[in-house]
Amino acid sequence: MSTHSEAVDHIEGATTKAFLTVWFALLFMTGIEVLLAYEQIPTLIFLTALVGLSVIKAALIIAYFMHLKFEKLSLFLTLFPMLILCIVLMLLMFMPDSNRLMMMRPR
Amino acid sequence: MTSVWSGGRSPYAVNSKKFGMWLFIISDALTFSALLMAYTYVRLATPNWPTPFHFSPSIIFSTVMTFCLLSSSLTMVMGVHAMNHGRRKAAVGWILATMACGAAFVVLHLTEWLNLIHNEHVTPFSNEWGVPLFGGTFFALTGLHMTHVVIGLIYLGIIAFAVGRGKFKAEDVEVSGLYWHFVDLVWMFIFPLVYLMSAKI
Repeated sequence: MSTHSEAVDHIEGATTKAFLTVWFALLFMTGIEVLLAYEQIPTLIFLTALVGLSVIKAALIIAYFMHLKFEKLSLFLTLFPMLILCIVLMLLMFMPDSNRLMMMRPR
Repeated sequence: MTSVWSGGRSPYAVNSKKFGMWLFIISDALTFSALLMAYTYVRLATPNWPTPFHFSPSIIFSTVMTFCLLSSSLTMVMGVHAMNHGRRKAAVGWILATMACGAAFVVLHLTEWLNLIHNEHVTPFSNEWGVPLFGGTFFALTGLHMTHVVIGLIYLGIIAFAVGRGKFKAEDVEVSGLYWHFVDLVWMFIFPLVYLMSAKI
């Protein structure tokens, strides 16, 4: 009976220790985000730091918790470049216009 | 030599349920990115965007909620791990722990919503600062996310019940785990962009 070889495939690198390390890293980055909110730093730098940390956190969750690191590369290549391209297209469409509206504010 | 794409074999080496869940996750990710961009758009375009989130209770609550979701992801991954090794009882225990963390998230979130509605007078259609789009985007984003969490709780409840009765395979638990981790992942963007960016300093 071939009940899929997933148990064998997934064990390498996917250990309890690895999951705990990722969990600590995620909590640590969340802590930094909350601390940054109460530091007097320029909004643009704050926003960049928040988005940067969130992308790192998302990547850790996808790679370890969602096991993508242990899947075939073809699965990643089918799903993610398209997703990133769509998000970038939305950004290109909306952000210049919202920026224009911001510049048009009455002063 | 034939290519893996020439048929007869699975080029992704995943089962169809898992691949289906991945495709759903990608499309749901686009839904949430569109909502987050709509939020960012109106936020940039509105001069007097309100900052109603006081450190206590809003930021404390949302930080604890983040902790709940991150911990639930850890327990879920342990559940999948246990199920992959054939330990059904342990897997049910871990899934129930995941559901407890998820339920704590929903209770805290609803408390936070009620605080916002009663103390700051923010509703989906109006607020004291005359920026109705704040409530509109805030409740749409967090509401859709909370709907996902509630659906996840029901999904995990069914999985835990069936796994406890000896039904379902390891791959079914793994697919439910994928959904749950995605819900956690979305909160990793909503928490900083909605709560921390509008914290009252």
